[in-house]
Amino acid sequence: MSETILKVKDLKINFKTYAGIVQAVRGVNFELNVGETLAIVGESGSGKSVTSNALMKLIPQPPGIYESGEILFNGRDLIPLSDKEMTKVRGNDIAMIFQDPMTSLNPTMKIGRQITEVILKHKKVTRSDAKNRAIELLTQVGIPMPEKRYNQYPHEFSGGMRQRVVIAIALAADPKLLIADEPTTALDVTIQAQILELMKEIQKKSNTSIIFITHDLGVVANIADRVAVMYAGQIVEYGTVNEIFYNPKHPYTWGLLGSMPDLDNKSDELLRTIPGSPPDLIHPPKGDAFAPRNEFAMAIDYEKEPPMFQVSETHFAKTWLLHPDAPEIPIPDAVARRIEGFLAKEDQVNG
Amino acid sequence: MSQHDQKIDKELFRIVGVQNEEAEKLSNKSVSFWKEVFLRFSQNKLAIIGLIVLMAVILMAIFVPVFSQYNYREQLGVYNAAPSLSHWFGTDDLGRDVFVRVWEGARISLFIGITAAVIDLIIGVLWGSISGLAGGRVDNIMMRIADVLTAVPYLLVVIVLLVVLQPGLVPMIIALSITGWINMARIVRGEVLSIKNQEYVLAARTLGANTKHLIIRHLIPNALGAILVTMTLTVPSAIFTESFLSYLGLGVPAPTASWGTMASEGNNAITNAPWRLLFPALFISLTIFAFNAVGDGLRDALDPKLRK
Amino acid sequence: MAKKLVEIKNLKQYFGSPSNPIKAVDGISFDIYEGETLGLVGESGCGKSTTGRSIIRLYDITGGEVLFNGENVHDKKSGKDLKKFNREMQMIFQDPYASLNPRMTAGEIIAEGFIIHGLYKNKKERQEKITSLLEAVGLNKEHANRYAHEFSGGQRQRIGIARALSLDPSFIIADEPISALDVSIQAQVVNLLKQIQKDRGLTYLFIAHDLSMVKYISDRIAVMYSGKIVEVGPADDIYNSPVHPYTKSLLSAIPLPDPISETKRTRIPYTHEEQDETASFHPVNDKHFVYGTEKSFQKWMNNTSI
Repeated sequence: MSETILKVKDLKINFKTYAGIVQAVRGVNFELNVGETLAIVGESGSGKSVTSNALMKLIPQPPGIYESGEILFNGRDLIPLSDKEMTKVRGNDIAMIFQDPMTSLNPTMKIGRQITEVILKHKKVTRSDAKNRAIELLTQVGIPMPEKRYNQYPHEFSGGMRQRVVIAIALAADPKLLIADEPTTALDVTIQAQILELMKEIQKKSNTSIIFITHDLGVVANIADRVAVMYAGQIVEYGTVNEIFYNPKHPYTWGLLGSMPDLDNKSDELLRTIPGSPPDLIHPPKGDAFAPRNEFAMAIDYEKEPPMFQVSETHFAKTWLLHPDAPEIPIPDAVARRIEGFLAKEDQVNG
Repeated sequence: MSQHDQKIDKELFRIVGVQNEEAEKLSNKSVSFWKEVFLRFSQNKLAIIGLIVLMAVILMAIFVPVFSQYNYREQLGVYNAAPSLSHWFGTDDLGRDVFVRVWEGARISLFIGITAAVIDLIIGVLWGSISGLAGGRVDNIMMRIADVLTAVPYLLVVIVLLVVLQPGLVPMIIALSITGWINMARIVRGEVLSIKNQEYVLAARTLGANTKHLIIRHLIPNALGAILVTMTLTVPSAIFTESFLSYLGLGVPAPTASWGTMASEGNNAITNAPWRLLFPALFISLTIFAFNAVGDGLRDALDPKLRK
Repeated sequence: MAKKLVEIKNLKQYFGSPSNPIKAVDGISFDIYEGETLGLVGESGCGKSTTGRSIIRLYDITGGEVLFNGENVHDKKSGKDLKKFNREMQMIFQDPYASLNPRMTAGEIIAEGFIIHGLYKNKKERQEKITSLLEAVGLNKEHANRYAHEFSGGQRQRIGIARALSLDPSFIIADEPISALDVSIQAQVVNLLKQIQKDRGLTYLFIAHDLSMVKYISDRIAVMYSGKIVEVGPADDIYNSPVHPYTKSLLSAIPLPDPISETKRTRIPYTHEEQDETASFHPVNDKHFVYGTEKSFQKWMNNTSI
């Protein structure tokens, strides 16, 4: 078993708004090992971005409130740290890549300077060393003619190239943990594929840990070692990527997998949908937050919040369906068929 | 985990499924946009104070000259008297009651400010929306005309105008409006430019809407907030400019009282009768502050970034 | 073969100065048959949204023709002709937040077309029509008096669909109608679009960049690259036996919710080869066409196993 780099315990984050207190994150627990990728999947409002911003202490206070919990990075809790102490952690230990490469670069500054600035801030090196390092980083993220590109402004780069620059900046201080918040959502599929390849390559080389926030299950399957499915501010299922995709236990995960067409879907059958919309987190529902949208909801789901049931050593799900007294509910047909299809294809290939 | 061991009634593990009636329900009570703006505005303390001050100034300006025992041009024979029970704000060098004159002045100042703002509104909205909607060359020419007007030194234009037309209310309002509308026109143009490319406007166009329909149903309702804020902020700047011009001696002629002329005259008596400068100056500041507070409050209440 | 409902002939849409125009759409031709869904895919900036907006007259086209039921859409000058055309062709927009006027209620938004066309002047009749449209998209009459910001993204998109249906069109252009929505909501909206297509016999032009969703909803697919259509054909042909290298590259980049196959993914990179003026559509079979010069086409066919 490899070493744990990040441990999040019972994280709760609230936002004070005009309409009331929004419980954006309602008790999140997870661990991340060195060199591993954890994907946090969820829909908008599930709390996935709030969670990732919280790890960097990027939640503005007010209106944000760190209600409870610990964020242990290499054993040290980040929550009580002052802003000044956090600036040392940011960039140096933990770096972040944001969704929109158009707005995460400073349009008035040359690319080269934006990278060297980070290097100079975190490392004791000379200006020319920093420049060499910056060019090395640009090469590493696959930007052709890095010496020339070094002296260009962001508007001279395409969207995909800009996201590469953003990644180069994030890597500038050799962070141990990289948080990527929907880094490929704004990009075209072919560019997305390139960026995912790049991130995997970087991870292999420098053993960086990655937290990858996304709503796209295809991307998750591509990049993750471990997956946390979030719904209404909580992790509802947590496991290795194979466990989540081939043996999902939570009805919300079934819903997510079923609502995505794959390339073999017959177009005369309707997609499985999750009815309704996510709950209002100002007044989270009693019991299981997913119950009102769950066709397999049981009476208890409307009364009592389920605990995390353990499925295997690495696989957990927060649903009463796993209680010994609950009726046996098989994975819905459409989802089961697809999983079988995937696994069958696998057997075929393996001969 | 201890919860596992707890005995739970088996009956609770029957499938009840989706609660359909919940699925499409909207949780909150329906609140219209303007009602929400009002709610947010009413939570802004400074804006509410501004609104109260403003209402008080307006009410006083309406009623004091009507019900007071003195007239604003009546010479009472008591010269430069200090504030007292019979003359709350004292009297001036001609023996006129300053309290009545301040509120008479409020009428003039507010009238000038509001009229100027309304004129700005009419010209500015027309100019800006035509310019923004037409786009292209028309837009270019219209905005360059506005640029040229702003480039001419304002004070020079006003002084020439007031010298030619003789000081008075009408020339004062013309002087204030001559460039005042440009700010409104620019803001309206900006709003129109951004609204006209919104998808809901495109949707209306695909439904077959003509320009009139677009303006009435989409452009005006959505630009109204910005127009309202600009207008609320135009009034104090007009009041200030009026006071400033009057202070320079270019204001409304005696015996009419505006805050600016009163302050100008009071300036001469600053050592022996400071109240003659103090009160008009105080109310100029107070009114300008109130309008600005209300305008800022409105802007914050309308700002979509604060909307959840 | 079904009847051609929409014919696009050599459509050109240039922006910017005439001397050095940006060729957003550069001479494309395709047909849309009655009752089908044609998917138009491509990356951002390839001209797919411009194509949709040009067809529905949101832009004045630079060149070419758009025929609807055999009539040239861009010729129509009289207001009456235009209104008739507006009732036949409607659009669903991408952004559920920007596509609804925030100062209007759902009912007012849906009824906008009635006001413009002077339909259902009787108040009760209008209310009934609004209610039936709301119900058609899975909402109910209580929603009519709510303002746009009170709805969730999926609900807003359904109001946009109800608005597009309000004039009983026969052809709907859906411009990335699901790309701003969450996964579970996307499925709701796609199912709804399929349902109303079946109920009302609609024809769709479905513009999107999400290829798996396009494959699912479309009968035929046109792939667009840099202002040109490079390949068009039945959805299955495009997916199972693509010929144009760009289509191949695009397909190889779609991530699937299948971790094991993802570990083995090999992306096919694409390098654009400029085609000269002899380029045209070459048939792969009677329904599947690829755009290029004779020479390129032969080369691509040799690289394809069908």
